[in-house]
Amino acid sequence: MLGLLWLIPALPAAGFVALVLGGRRLSRRVAAMVGAGSVGLAALVTLLVAASFIASPPPGDAYRQVLWTWFDVAGLKPQIAFYLDAMSLIFILVITFVGFLIHLYSTEHMEREEGFTRFFIYMDLFVASMLVLVLADNLLLLYVGWEGVGLCSYLLISFWQKDVQNVYAGRKAFIITRVGDTALIVGLFLLFTQLHTLEIQPLMASATANWPVGSGFAVAAAALLLGGAVGKSAQLPLQTWLPDAMAGPSPVSALIHAATMVTAGVYLIARTNVLYELAPDVRLAVAIIGTATLLYAGLSALAQHDIKRVLAYSTISQVGYMFLALGVSGWDAAVFHFMTHAFFKALLFLGAGVIIESLADEHDIFKMGGLRHRLPAVFWTFVIGAAALAALPFVTDGFYSKDLIIATSLGSVDGSIWLYLGALAGAFITALYAFRLVFIVFFGEQQTPVTRLPRRREKLPLYVLGALSVVGGLVWMPGWLGGFHPLESFLDTALPSTELTGSAFAEGAGSALLTIVIVLVGIEIAYLLWLRWRTATARFAARPTPRAIQTFWLHGWGFDWLYERVFVLPAKWFARVARGDLIEPAVGGIAWLHLRGWRALSATQNGLLRTYLTAAGVGVVIVLAFVVLR
Amino acid sequence: MANVPYSYGLLLAAVLFGIGFAGLLVRRNLIVVLACIEIMLNAAGLAFVVAGARWGRPDGQVMFLFVLAMAAAEVAVGLAIAIRFRQTLGSLDVDDADEMKG
Repeated sequence: MLGLLWLIPALPAAGFVALVLGGRRLSRRVAAMVGAGSVGLAALVTLLVAASFIASPPPGDAYRQVLWTWFDVAGLKPQIAFYLDAMSLIFILVITFVGFLIHLYSTEHMEREEGFTRFFIYMDLFVASMLVLVLADNLLLLYVGWEGVGLCSYLLISFWQKDVQNVYAGRKAFIITRVGDTALIVGLFLLFTQLHTLEIQPLMASATANWPVGSGFAVAAAALLLGGAVGKSAQLPLQTWLPDAMAGPSPVSALIHAATMVTAGVYLIARTNVLYELAPDVRLAVAIIGTATLLYAGLSALAQHDIKRVLAYSTISQVGYMFLALGVSGWDAAVFHFMTHAFFKALLFLGAGVIIESLADEHDIFKMGGLRHRLPAVFWTFVIGAAALAALPFVTDGFYSKDLIIATSLGSVDGSIWLYLGALAGAFITALYAFRLVFIVFFGEQQTPVTRLPRRREKLPLYVLGALSVVGGLVWMPGWLGGFHPLESFLDTALPSTELTGSAFAEGAGSALLTIVIVLVGIEIAYLLWLRWRTATARFAARPTPRAIQTFWLHGWGFDWLYERVFVLPAKWFARVARGDLIEPAVGGIAWLHLRGWRALSATQNGLLRTYLTAAGVGVVIVLAFVVLR
Repeated sequence: MANVPYSYGLLLAAVLFGIGFAGLLVRRNLIVVLACIEIMLNAAGLAFVVAGARWGRPDGQVMFLFVLAMAAAEVAVGLAIAIRFRQTLGSLDVDDADEMKG
């Protein structure tokens, strides 16, 4: 059964090719069946592969499938090969299943859109690229998937390309992630020149053998890969593209900008964890970036008006938690949070998509209100999603993964009290903004009439994801709750386990109790602020100081403003100045020369046979004269 | 026969070829152009025969037979083109067919 592995990325890729070739000729029904069906089949194959992998683990707990040798140049011999271990298995399960649910949702959600086939073309290409990314056996193939998902992200953010703002948003995402990607490819060059291979497992073994802990090369390589991860996963300081990426359709936000692509950075760091073991300073930087990002994004989410931007900042914040986990060597915990986050954040985005469509494209949460009676299905699933996001104790999956990260940030040998306090503060802020959303959108007065109700294929993914958001966390219970943790044992076959200090507070119920209290207090305060004392809150928010803070947070702490002045305007200024430099006439001269040459050559093609013959005759005479008279 | 120097024959062939080629370049009537091509073909054939005689081998004459066969085929195709030419462009002036100019 493991031999079917290649089919998993090949099926969505085949769907992509079929849709491209079919193009406009396909009816919407057929396009939807091909687009969603190919991902569905991939999900089934993934299930088969997973069952066989778990039932009879291959030797070394990893399965490698070599398809062919890509090329062989100067010692660089990358293969098109897939590598399946516990971590990539979790990733492909989430990608194909959540991906299929989102595709299913899109078949109805996008029904009335122009470019329906184009949407599924991009989505299928995205799923195929993402699967290549997480299954790649060498870093070069991983990079192909990495760029593939970046391309699809760009195409799908700009999906409604008739509005130029959407195109700008796509371009911004593309350029900013490119900054990180450049660091990543430089990192790959460094690894290859130093260790002479890009195949991940030999590379990691070679790094351990050749580089002592803290050596310059290990630090440089880890830092460069981190640069790529920061760009893709929208962490500080390359986070500004993600809120604008909400210009794309809601299923895109759910699939790409919440569940899968933005976690590619987490996957990359977890996959190359050996490098980070060798570079403790960079590991600390990962933890600090994660903590800073989760606080930054959480506070920004508190001030947003646009429902999707709230969720976008919350995604940045949750990915920040994953980075924090990676930074304290909690590799398993990061993958666990990736999984639970994929469930509840996809759920929230799909729910938001239904709400936005029901209210005739209204994004402003303050114009929603009172939707719990009109959209009960969305209300209940959205509450489950928000509760999981806020880590409501025991009944949601988000609690188990987030509590694990918070406990690890203190209990790991790399942990510290500052990271722990940051993570706890983040949990409080998360509870606050998650339930601010729920109370403002679903309670209070209804502001905008509901014009359209969700249909069957839109509601079904909400139910499934809602169920997963409840039970998804039960695969890894903390020790003081019985310690049922098959996921940890499974992931430990692929990732090193976290070294703990043995602190009773962090590993026992003490830390968890603190988390529970903080989350419940956060939800209670959200209830008071945005439901019970709603008018008082609005009055307070209108005062000058809170207003200024709100504006500051609303605009993401002025990062866009800063980047505009530091990078964009100087670049534009330089482009303007450089127009009249010395190079310009040289370049223009070359163009002029070509134009002239083209005109002269074009004149000889006058279409008159006799002219051509004369030229041929003259040529013969010259050649003969040359031969005879020489 | 054997007393005529071979260079005379080759010279005749060259002169004939030159006449044909000059006609090809100068004349614009398609029929005359075809006739000029015939002259050039025969000049080439004459050169083959002379060369064959020079080495005392039959190859040159065999080759001339091929040239004759080819010339017949060429005339058939050429006249067919001339008819289509006339139907399409309404004249037989080769300079009218300049639609392929760049």
